[in-house]
Amino acid sequence: MAKRGVRIRIQGLTHRYSARSALTFERVEVEAQAGEALAIIGRSGCGKSTLLHIVAGLLRPTHGSVRLDDTLVEGPSPRWVMMFQAPHLFPWMQVAQNVGIGLRFAHRPKDEIRRRVADAIRLVELQEFADANVQDLSGGQQQRVALARSLVMEPELLLLDEPFSALDAFTRAALQRDVRSIVKRLGINMVIVTHDIDEAVLMSERALIMAGRPGKIFHDIPIDLNGPRERQDPAVQDMRARLMKAFEEATRLQPGDSDDEAPVRTGAESRPGNIAKTVVATGNLGPTRA
Amino acid sequence: MIGVAAPAGSLTSLCQRVFGVRRLTCGILGLLAFAALWELGTMLLGLNPATRTFVTFGPIPTFKSVPFLWQTDRIQDAVVASGYRIGMGMLLAVIFGVPIGILMGLSKRFRELSNSGFQFLRMISPLSWMPLAVIMYPDWNQAIIFLIAIAAVWPVIFATAAGLAKVDPNWFKVARNLGANPVHMISLVILPAIAFDVFTGIRLALGVAWIVLVPAELLGVTSGLGYAIRDARDTLSYNHLTVMVLVIGIIGWFLDGICVALITRYSWRHRVAG
Repeated sequence: MAKRGVRIRIQGLTHRYSARSALTFERVEVEAQAGEALAIIGRSGCGKSTLLHIVAGLLRPTHGSVRLDDTLVEGPSPRWVMMFQAPHLFPWMQVAQNVGIGLRFAHRPKDEIRRRVADAIRLVELQEFADANVQDLSGGQQQRVALARSLVMEPELLLLDEPFSALDAFTRAALQRDVRSIVKRLGINMVIVTHDIDEAVLMSERALIMAGRPGKIFHDIPIDLNGPRERQDPAVQDMRARLMKAFEEATRLQPGDSDDEAPVRTGAESRPGNIAKTVVATGNLGPTRA
Repeated sequence: MIGVAAPAGSLTSLCQRVFGVRRLTCGILGLLAFAALWELGTMLLGLNPATRTFVTFGPIPTFKSVPFLWQTDRIQDAVVASGYRIGMGMLLAVIFGVPIGILMGLSKRFRELSNSGFQFLRMISPLSWMPLAVIMYPDWNQAIIFLIAIAAVWPVIFATAAGLAKVDPNWFKVARNLGANPVHMISLVILPAIAFDVFTGIRLALGVAWIVLVPAELLGVTSGLGYAIRDARDTLSYNHLTVMVLVIGIIGWFLDGICVALITRYSWRHRVAG
């Protein structure tokens, strides 16, 4: 498995799906250090998934660039791998075959594939299901297979597009904890797109708050929490309240974010008095630090 | 738990045995009924002096002539000649049909451009291509293979295209994300995903090809099951004719069984449905 992450530089990223369509987002600027875990939070339609697809090389931006270290992202690569909202496993393959499919695409030797697949399956604790048909697994287990399929590529950057939103609360909590722990252990970067503020607090070290149409990044808030993160910890709840406040501030400034859209989830009441200072983006729209 | 499970297991096993035996029994009874009808028809032919000549169509003269036809290699020769033609025709149908079907499934533009033309060509009776085939190819063998291919290609094309239309587009996204190139996309994603539909199309195509083969062999060639039937008719060996008809039925049934086995082997959808 890879032992280091990658420096991410997103510069002047603007996107529209076609010449006639409206801008999805504009002038997005993000920088992240190697090994950093970012969360992009925003309501449905603000362009956060599109942004992730561009970082993954699955979409070409209208303007701007994404660089990982010195490499310009122009297409998909085993160095940056995306995990989707649904696992999208290949139902004609067993668990181990699904996990190893990327290595087959990369023409790795069979022995190496067998070894790395076994390691990845062990990492997500599915050893006893290696030969199972993926259709016989639960939703959480399938998402673990998808995680193993991504990690087996030894990526420097793991991109997660609301990967746990279709799971039940218990499975979601377990996977959030496990993914963060695996990513930290491997020292790789992670970017997770979510509209769950709890998820952002539990899994990342920085939260980027996107809002508006076209989407813009309004806040870039560090999540400085040491040690294991539990939902009930006062520090986690303080951070949640702080992100919520920043999010509300951003959406209040953006009439495009109407109330009938998917709401941002919070797990607890915000704590007044613990809200840290947030900086609202100006016309420059560059990343701002709290 | 064990005490409950064991009777349930036994019951299931008993049911399987009973229904398995029932299916076999029904099959044998059906064949016997068919033979009885066949014999009855022959007897009716024998009652009429005008049709008495045709009593050798009956099951008893037919089965009696099997050893002779087998020992003189006439059955084997006919099967090999027809098998070669149908094999080559089906091979061409798959070689052309699957890629065209994939192209139709992947490209909306190609589908729109080709659909009307293909539907038009599909509706033309394969045997009506015969004069053209005879002009196009120097020998009858090639002409028959062409006729089989042109009859069999349409089910393959349309089943492949329909299979691709049902494929989850997210699988392509996942594959691209993991570094799949176009060859991987076809060999490791598209073909396994649509194998069930392709084999279903091949099964339909085989039925059509088998239907076209015999009338095509009635013309021109001097080998194959169709020729053997024509030869038996010309020599008034009606018992030989019915042997060949039976051989055609048995081989068709056997080939269909192979297709069903392939469909079952490569089907992953039954699990979803279940």
